[in-house]
Amino acid sequence: MYIRMVLEYYFDYAATTPLEPRVFRAMKPYFSQKFGNPGSIHGAGRETKEAIEKASSKIASILHCRSKEFIFTGSATEADNLAIFGTARANKIAGGKIIVSAIEHKAVLATCGALEEEGFEIIKLKVDKNGLVDPADIAKLLDPKTILVSVIYADNETGTIQSIKEIAKVIKKFRAKNGSPLPYFHTDASQAAQYCDINVERLGVDLMTVSSHKLYGPKGIGGLYVKKGVKIKPLIFGGGQQNNMRSGTENVPSIIGFAEALALAEKNKQKESARVGKLRNELEKGVSGLIPKIVLNGHPQKRLPNFLNISVLDIEGEAALLYLDQKGICASTGSACDSQTLEPSHVILALGRPYEYAHGSLRFTLGKYATRKSVRYLLKYLPPIVKKLRQMSPLDLKMGKEKKVSLPKAFTGGQTPHFLRKRNSK
Amino acid sequence: MKKIKKSKPDIVNEFTGAKWVYSKAVKSHFFHPQNFLTHDPKKSEFDAEGIVGSPACGDVMRMWLKIDPEKDKIAACKWRTFGCASAIAATSMLSVMASEKGGMKLDKAMKIRPQDIIKRLGGLPDRKIHCSVLGDKALRTAINNWFKKTGQYDRIVVEGSRVIDPYTKITEADIEEAVIEGALTLKDVQQRTKVGAGYPQCLLEVEELIHFYKEKYFGQDK
Repeated sequence: MYIRMVLEYYFDYAATTPLEPRVFRAMKPYFSQKFGNPGSIHGAGRETKEAIEKASSKIASILHCRSKEFIFTGSATEADNLAIFGTARANKIAGGKIIVSAIEHKAVLATCGALEEEGFEIIKLKVDKNGLVDPADIAKLLDPKTILVSVIYADNETGTIQSIKEIAKVIKKFRAKNGSPLPYFHTDASQAAQYCDINVERLGVDLMTVSSHKLYGPKGIGGLYVKKGVKIKPLIFGGGQQNNMRSGTENVPSIIGFAEALALAEKNKQKESARVGKLRNELEKGVSGLIPKIVLNGHPQKRLPNFLNISVLDIEGEAALLYLDQKGICASTGSACDSQTLEPSHVILALGRPYEYAHGSLRFTLGKYATRKSVRYLLKYLPPIVKKLRQMSPLDLKMGKEKKVSLPKAFTGGQTPHFLRKRNSK
Repeated sequence: MKKIKKSKPDIVNEFTGAKWVYSKAVKSHFFHPQNFLTHDPKKSEFDAEGIVGSPACGDVMRMWLKIDPEKDKIAACKWRTFGCASAIAATSMLSVMASEKGGMKLDKAMKIRPQDIIKRLGGLPDRKIHCSVLGDKALRTAINNWFKKTGQYDRIVVEGSRVIDPYTKITEADIEEAVIEGALTLKDVQQRTKVGAGYPQCLLEVEELIHFYKEKYFGQDK
């Protein structure tokens, strides 16, 4: 019943990307052939130690930092955890306030939730209807108790690119005025690294998360840039690898692969951005021409070139995904039905959109193997699927007339759903 | 529920890696739904109507019935739904169950439980069970609507609408929903519903309800 996935019809590059063959080739010798533990003093160990040092300096030269300022982790999620737990716990004496945007990845939000239980004060920054954080809002919220500000470079649902440089300026100004090294500024560049400037000097960040499998590298590896002088405590203790910041034998093949993938991404950045951006625009134009009642989620211009996130009114995203899947098309949704918590996407809700918009959101993310043919294929099958699901749906939302829930009388006991109750009670 | 044979997972959640197992019957009813209406019908076309929403995930379902008053049976069962694959499949299956073999007796239809629909569907992933709960509720709402219309007030069955916590207005049904969604401890249910926030006296009763619904939906071993 289900067609095998065809790479050409894969529109979920924000979820993960296929490993680049060249990267795989670079990794290969480090599994069985060059297998030494970089911590060993003998030849086999020195061989791999040298290799990861090379990989480190390759990454450092791309980020414009020192090798020692980049810590390899088991995932970007771990890097986010390290950035937040690590700086929060090391600087607790200075204060307990952390500012994050409302559209952070769960790796940041859930970590902050855990810190809240430890007694930290977490401030969630609102975003405007396009998903942008206003640096002026941060300026207003900063006080001497603030130890960390974390704003995602480009969020993983709409791909909206934040003004990281402007935010960094605001924070530096505050630090200069107060004569304090705090607050630190962290950004999660997991989605952005492929298409945006990741020169940490230019960006002015103190901590930055990078993911490998979002840019055609292997899964199971990420990294955190930590500027020299930033007070941070490790999460994982043991043999003291990576300057005691992340114990555990280094994942040699993945480190090699990560460095190779990042170098390739950096090399092709301009060209690939332009190519993918053109295809995305074609898709966006096609979709808005062929399907009535859709709303764009995210900033119309300041957006990653491979992202298109739309809310298709009156339909539910998971159902649409399964119909698309039947045609071999892979995409993603912010619908509650597609999440473990049964809560709709916090990012779409943070844009001020009503609940049904999140329910009906579809995310298409393009990448290396997307062509004009892929876009045409999607444009051929999406409109009839939407039509079929709309026929089945009892809803008829009106564009622009946005209520929180369109049929309140449908809910048991006339109550609002739990996700709205929770938001209201805060 | 335990004996249901699970097929190969088709979908793996991007963030959690959780596998969703949809049976053949679910797929068939999802890709080829039965008895759905493409437009809202005129009032005169059907004898009774029910509308229900799931506070769990915001799905909305409407159901229309034609009733044979002589035989006290369902003559036709039509629906429209805004929801995910399991919601669509469960509603479709329910409509088949209610109208097959010359239609179901109203008394029997009132007693359809979520488990009955899930069994006919060949199983649903645990956390998708709330979708079929919606279907049987919509059917009962519609039949109640018929009873009300025809003056058979003694046959109306009210859903668990008893308020347990007067401050948060949490009802028995809310606790039931929370348990179905996977909140199996008092802490989980409190996190989800905020029950007892201003009225801790009710927590003992909430615990009893959790225990009751846990057994009802998941059996004793969970």
